[in-house]
Amino acid sequence: MAGPALIPAGDFRTSYAADTTIFPTTTSRNFAIAGVLVLCLVPQVLGGYWLSILIQIGIFSIAALGLNILVGFTGQISIGHAAFFLLGAFTSAYISNNAPIPVFFAIPLAGVVTALVGLVFGIPAARLKGLYLVIATLAAQYILLDFFSRAEWFTGGSVPASANPFSIFGYALRGDRQYFYVVLAYVIASYILVTNLMRTRDGRALVAIRDHYLSAEIMGINLTKYRTLSFGLAAFFAGIAGALYAHYQLVVSQEGFGIERSILFLAMIIIGGTGSIMGTLMGTAFVVLLPESMELLSVYLKGGAIDKALSLNNNITFLREIAIGAIIIVFLMFEPDGLAHRWRQIKTYWKLYPFSH
Amino acid sequence: MNTAFLIQLLVNGLVVGTLYGVVAMSFVLIYKATQVVNFAQGELLLVGAWVCWALLAKYQVPFWIGMPMTLVFMFMFGIAIQVLILRPMIGEPIISVIMVTIGLSTVLQATLKWMFGVNPQPFPRVFESQSVSLFGLQIQTVYIMSLVVSVAMMIGMAWFFRVSKYGLAMRATAFNQQVAQSLGISVKSVFAMAWAISATVSAVAGIVVAVVNGVSSGLAGYGIKVFPAAILGGLDSVGGAVLGGIIIGLLENIAQYVDSEYLHWGNLYEIAPFYVLIIVLMIKPYGLFGTHDIERI
Repeated sequence: MAGPALIPAGDFRTSYAADTTIFPTTTSRNFAIAGVLVLCLVPQVLGGYWLSILIQIGIFSIAALGLNILVGFTGQISIGHAAFFLLGAFTSAYISNNAPIPVFFAIPLAGVVTALVGLVFGIPAARLKGLYLVIATLAAQYILLDFFSRAEWFTGGSVPASANPFSIFGYALRGDRQYFYVVLAYVIASYILVTNLMRTRDGRALVAIRDHYLSAEIMGINLTKYRTLSFGLAAFFAGIAGALYAHYQLVVSQEGFGIERSILFLAMIIIGGTGSIMGTLMGTAFVVLLPESMELLSVYLKGGAIDKALSLNNNITFLREIAIGAIIIVFLMFEPDGLAHRWRQIKTYWKLYPFSH
Repeated sequence: MNTAFLIQLLVNGLVVGTLYGVVAMSFVLIYKATQVVNFAQGELLLVGAWVCWALLAKYQVPFWIGMPMTLVFMFMFGIAIQVLILRPMIGEPIISVIMVTIGLSTVLQATLKWMFGVNPQPFPRVFESQSVSLFGLQIQTVYIMSLVVSVAMMIGMAWFFRVSKYGLAMRATAFNQQVAQSLGISVKSVFAMAWAISATVSAVAGIVVAVVNGVSSGLAGYGIKVFPAAILGGLDSVGGAVLGGIIIGLLENIAQYVDSEYLHWGNLYEIAPFYVLIIVLMIKPYGLFGTHDIERI
């Protein structure tokens, strides 16, 4: 969706390879590599609280990326994403506890299992328009959560299921510092994967379905296949993220994975920008940091007149929910392309500074 | 066979089902008139119930004044939502509009919890007698009231759409917006009116549930049950929504009967409508009475 203003004058592309390249210039690639290297150094500098925030951003951004494939690239909505996230978490914990499979392999396996379950709920999607799929995923959310509370062999019932710590060839990784690298590796791998997926024939088919599904079908794109595929992919990434979350927290419980969490995932991609891969990361960071900043705000206002009038401190959880809902509405009304769009504008501004016209 | 229990549950199902039908009807009204899938329908119930509760319990307004006041408020509230939030979204992709209503439901839900707390509140007593005996069955007065109000609202709705000028304008708009506009119908005001009526009707349903069960945020669950009901009846059929609601209400209670007598699974009651939803979507996606979409390019 890069606007024409972004492409400098005299930049002519003469091959498809040049047009679909991820990094248009050497500098941009070097910047990306440098960014990853800086992130690798982060655990040495930051500790405790902020590191755990970063890990959360990483994990949730993988799930949000999956949702963005479905919403942003294929034009279908899911409000059952949290249930698939949870399914991935339970599956990975179950596999690594009950089978002689190390956690290293349990995580991708959990992704595959979640994808298969996602496909089952995606079957109606094959015949239906986005509208009906939303409702099917709503049902998926309730049915899966009901299943989790029923299947005690799988989830441990009311007692949270425990998950083994991450281990690789018998060497167990413990603590946030080491786990950060695992999450970082998964984030980079999944972002590269999805970026490349969108450059392939299959990725273009998804975008074509989003833009006009009838035209896409007439052009020979198999709607059933690609809609189900994108649903499966979304569930796959949700499963991977859930599995990572399970082995990070070491326990899995249903608490906090109701429909509100699914809405939170939607908020991440709306704020970041539907159909933007880097935007997903920005949106996730925004949504994860929002409650933290509200916490700071309420601490700052504590004891003041506003605090007393509205009893802010006692109601901070509701305030967070209101903020999330309000931000979804505000972004959809005033900034439908999300933070990614704003970021592009800022970049363009500096590129052309001081002669922006 | 525990016949008395079964009959009790069937009566229960009929009462709850007609309420689902009323809510589904107001959901379909918005969908038909404005092509918006409203995920905040349950919150409209909740707003109505809490406002009425506040008037009655906090400000000691008598029921026969408090209820019309609530309805007037909800009428304004519906217009406000449409004008402030949904009107700017006209022309946006359908998924954006859906997500706006999801955001709206989050905001309303949390705001109400903030204002009124999370604890369920009992509703002030409206009726003197607790129950009446009918054909040898003890039926609570509130149930009869609920049934009467629901049926009255359905009849009112049918009258509105078949006879009144405004209802006809609304149907014309639902059929074809451009043609309606060229005939001098203000589509803008029809949209606002659809939301206003839907909010008012939902509020009545919300108050009825509140009188029976008290007010709590669980009321918004009716907004979720609307989806199985509306899908079963067909997303754009008002009559289908009513029938779908009744079927879902009965089905829930039959599920509870089967569950407590034979299966002992626990909460089949809660989850059965969603299985029905998935099955309907797979075999008959346009529901019992919905129109099949035929699109031209």
